[in-house]
Amino acid sequence: MPTPVTERLLRSNDENFTIEDFQSNQPRWCTGCGNNAILTALQRLCRDEELLPEKTVFVSGIGCSSRFPHYMNTYGFHGLHGRALPIAEGVKMARPDLNVFVNTGDGDCCSIGTAHWIHAIRYNMNMTVLMHDNQLYGLTKKQVSPTSPRGFNSNTTPHGSYLEPLNPLSVTLGITNASFVAQAADWIPEILYDIISAAFRHKGFSFVRILQRCPEYVPTMFDEWMNNPARTLMLHHENGMRIPDSLTGVYNNREEHDPLNLDRAREIAAMTDDAPVGILYHDPATPRYDDIRDPNELFTADTIEQALNSEFDKYTIWPDA
Amino acid sequence: MDTALKTKLPDEEKAAGAPAPLAKNVHTLDEHIVEIVSDSGEGAQKCGQSFAAIAARKGNGIWTVEIIPAEIQPPARSIEGASGNRIRVGASSVTNGGDETNLVVAFNEQVLLGRVREGELKHGATILLENKWRNDRDPAIVGSYVQAYEDLLEAGYQVYEIPMEEECLRLVPDPKRGKNMFVLGVLCNIYSFDPEIARNQIAFIFNNKSQAIINANFELMEAGYAWAEVNLDFKYDIPAVKATVPQIVMNGNSALALGVLASGMQVCAMYPITPATSASHYLSEIFEKVGGIVHQAEDEIAACAFAIGASYSGKCAITITSGPGLSLKQETIGLAIMAEIPLVVVDVQRGGPSTGQPTKGEQGDLLFACFGGHGDAPKVVMAASSIEDCFYSVITARKIAETFNTVVLLLTDANLASAQQPFPRPEFTDDWVAPPLDQCTLAEGAQPYDWDETTGIARRFIPGQPDGMHCVTGLAHDRNSAVAYDPKINQEGMRQRSLKLATLQKSLTPPPVFGDPEGDLLIIGWGSTKGAIEEAVTRLRKDGYKISSMHLTFIQPLPSGIKEILRGFDEVMTIENSWSDSLESEIIDEDNRRYSQLAWLLRARFLVDIDCWSEVKGQPLKPSTIIKVITEKMR
Repeated sequence: MPTPVTERLLRSNDENFTIEDFQSNQPRWCTGCGNNAILTALQRLCRDEELLPEKTVFVSGIGCSSRFPHYMNTYGFHGLHGRALPIAEGVKMARPDLNVFVNTGDGDCCSIGTAHWIHAIRYNMNMTVLMHDNQLYGLTKKQVSPTSPRGFNSNTTPHGSYLEPLNPLSVTLGITNASFVAQAADWIPEILYDIISAAFRHKGFSFVRILQRCPEYVPTMFDEWMNNPARTLMLHHENGMRIPDSLTGVYNNREEHDPLNLDRAREIAAMTDDAPVGILYHDPATPRYDDIRDPNELFTADTIEQALNSEFDKYTIWPDA
Repeated sequence: MDTALKTKLPDEEKAAGAPAPLAKNVHTLDEHIVEIVSDSGEGAQKCGQSFAAIAARKGNGIWTVEIIPAEIQPPARSIEGASGNRIRVGASSVTNGGDETNLVVAFNEQVLLGRVREGELKHGATILLENKWRNDRDPAIVGSYVQAYEDLLEAGYQVYEIPMEEECLRLVPDPKRGKNMFVLGVLCNIYSFDPEIARNQIAFIFNNKSQAIINANFELMEAGYAWAEVNLDFKYDIPAVKATVPQIVMNGNSALALGVLASGMQVCAMYPITPATSASHYLSEIFEKVGGIVHQAEDEIAACAFAIGASYSGKCAITITSGPGLSLKQETIGLAIMAEIPLVVVDVQRGGPSTGQPTKGEQGDLLFACFGGHGDAPKVVMAASSIEDCFYSVITARKIAETFNTVVLLLTDANLASAQQPFPRPEFTDDWVAPPLDQCTLAEGAQPYDWDETTGIARRFIPGQPDGMHCVTGLAHDRNSAVAYDPKINQEGMRQRSLKLATLQKSLTPPPVFGDPEGDLLIIGWGSTKGAIEEAVTRLRKDGYKISSMHLTFIQPLPSGIKEILRGFDEVMTIENSWSDSLESEIIDEDNRRYSQLAWLLRARFLVDIDCWSEVKGQPLKPSTIIKVITEKMR
């Protein structure tokens, strides 16, 4: 009679997961929200990679982006505003066996969470980070975010916002140990999927900035790029992304860009008119903090007792025999 | 005691031939408080620690207090720059730093004056003073030294000059590196310590250095011992009773670190902050031996979030900080409480508020620990009262955190962190360590928060458990961890989390009363003041006062039985190191008086008119201070 654990293992060998297996609660995003496309892409990914739902964790902060884990039939941690990344680091360090994804937004990541973002890049722990960038604060009802365009009319900047936006791609590419930086758009689902797939497969901190539509507050934010494919620069390379056949006719503004070319990646990142889509940087050999810190020691009551007594020995005054 | 100055100049000594030791009376003492103070980097602390260790080996009770300047390298010969150790040596067990210092060895007169100014020396105390300044090239220094020497004599101190530098130069080229061991030798002679024990101690502290260095230090110590034998006319003996069980001598932060190891923690996430960091330093050296890691995060918030992520995933986790760090962690602590993720947070309290006094102990975080988060976020708060407590409390904290799936805040302070006191060597039992986690497939319909209606306790699913997938959240949620839309759910969740404290409380025993169960006055304390309060009570009781004391370990929840205990006394007061207004101040009256923190809590809980007295001078509380306060109150 197999034990419950054995049964589970036997089951998982035969199991073919469907997208529905990864769906949990009905998403409550607005109609047309770009988050729906991201959700579909991830559910497809989990299915295609045959990830076990119980071995998969989505960690999020606070915002529309961060509702994501509630809608995946995996383990989820809907945490605090700006603090998804350190929580995810704790999860990954404790459990190298889990697949860790992070959902964060432009406010969560690039405003309150910036300190953690910078250091997470440097730690380069193995996780897939999706930054849902809709260029405003949606859940709190339309405030300016660090990635909003200058002149943005929000509820806290009714006369237009004051400063040029922060560039998340430039920031990420400027940090020691950056190992995977990509940009996708929610309205190009095929490439969104391919990029997330590559991000998942990369062993390290994969940062994917996803331009994400918010039809409720800023329905025309990305119109310039959606309506004019020439304003999108498709990055392709044999070590990067391949432009799907279905899109080769549409996107003619292309660049064969080697993802190991950091200098060119930084130039591409700094572009203001064209929106690059694809993998800007990918170095599979970057050292990982979770790898370096893996203690590789048995954790048992015996090893604890030994270590404890050996320390006590240094401080003990023994009674005379 | 013969007060004549006894220093021999080198020429005189040579002329006299082999110097004859002075005839001395050996005074038997019950205890003595000894200080060694110098500029930073001159090794006074090492000397003090060694002296304490030797006394402990001999079987004396000891309690050491570090004298720490605020800067890492304050200017040399500065009145605020004293660095060193203060050691109370007793014939029996010593539980606190005691009253005023009886004997001080000072490497220059400025740091000595600093100690005098702080009122730390007993009237007529013995001073052993480095006298090289008498012949300094700088006439200002000579003037300052001579003036100080004369002032001290006039003030009634017994001042002896020691030619430390001169004597050390006979043995080592750089006397700055030798003085501390020379002074150790002097002290070993004064207190009738066996030089063999001193040699063993020296071999121990320099064990990673060459034998040549160890031998050089032996010589310095022996030279100091010989110098004292010839030149000082006094000697003490503080009788010792050797312990029958092995004893550990270490400070509170080291004990805390070993407690983390012993409790089965696997992740310690921290950020550097005085005075907590030395615990993490020690843990960093040893934790990996048992598969643990110390992660220094980018800030306090990240450290707490990291620990929570690790704990959520099934590894026992802890974060260690001080007051300012705890302020930063409050939001993350609230998340752990709401999501019911076990976590131990240690606050090694320091002077506050704001940046306050980083190297000084205080007890100002009590109410903050209990109530600091927004909303109703019930958590367990406990406090260590001794060095030994620092070890065992972590184990208890972890067990409570993981049984109740909540946050346990463990309070210690800078005094316990750096003080040393012997305690019986703990014997490991695997009860201390968490049992393996249940990772089995969950039954259909299993709920992530299956709150028990009576106790509020729920089970926990760990990521990796099949069929247990759910999303934890800081949002109000129901038993399925689903976001709450139904109005009843928020109330239900709060009820369950609140019940957990009551469930724990039911298992707590009433705190013991030190002294009689009835009397005129009951003193209540918590944390590092235990030793001083109980010593004061003992001394007062000897003088006929009907006084008792009670010391709390669990602050939240408070154990039952306290109200009954309070009824046994005419008056009740707390004694704490957190600010309270005094009714003696002109504009303070019963309507506006701010009580110290435990007093607030107890008054609110028990509706008893508990008084309070407190001091926030950044120094450990002295039994004599408490005695003075009580005798005035009882007048």
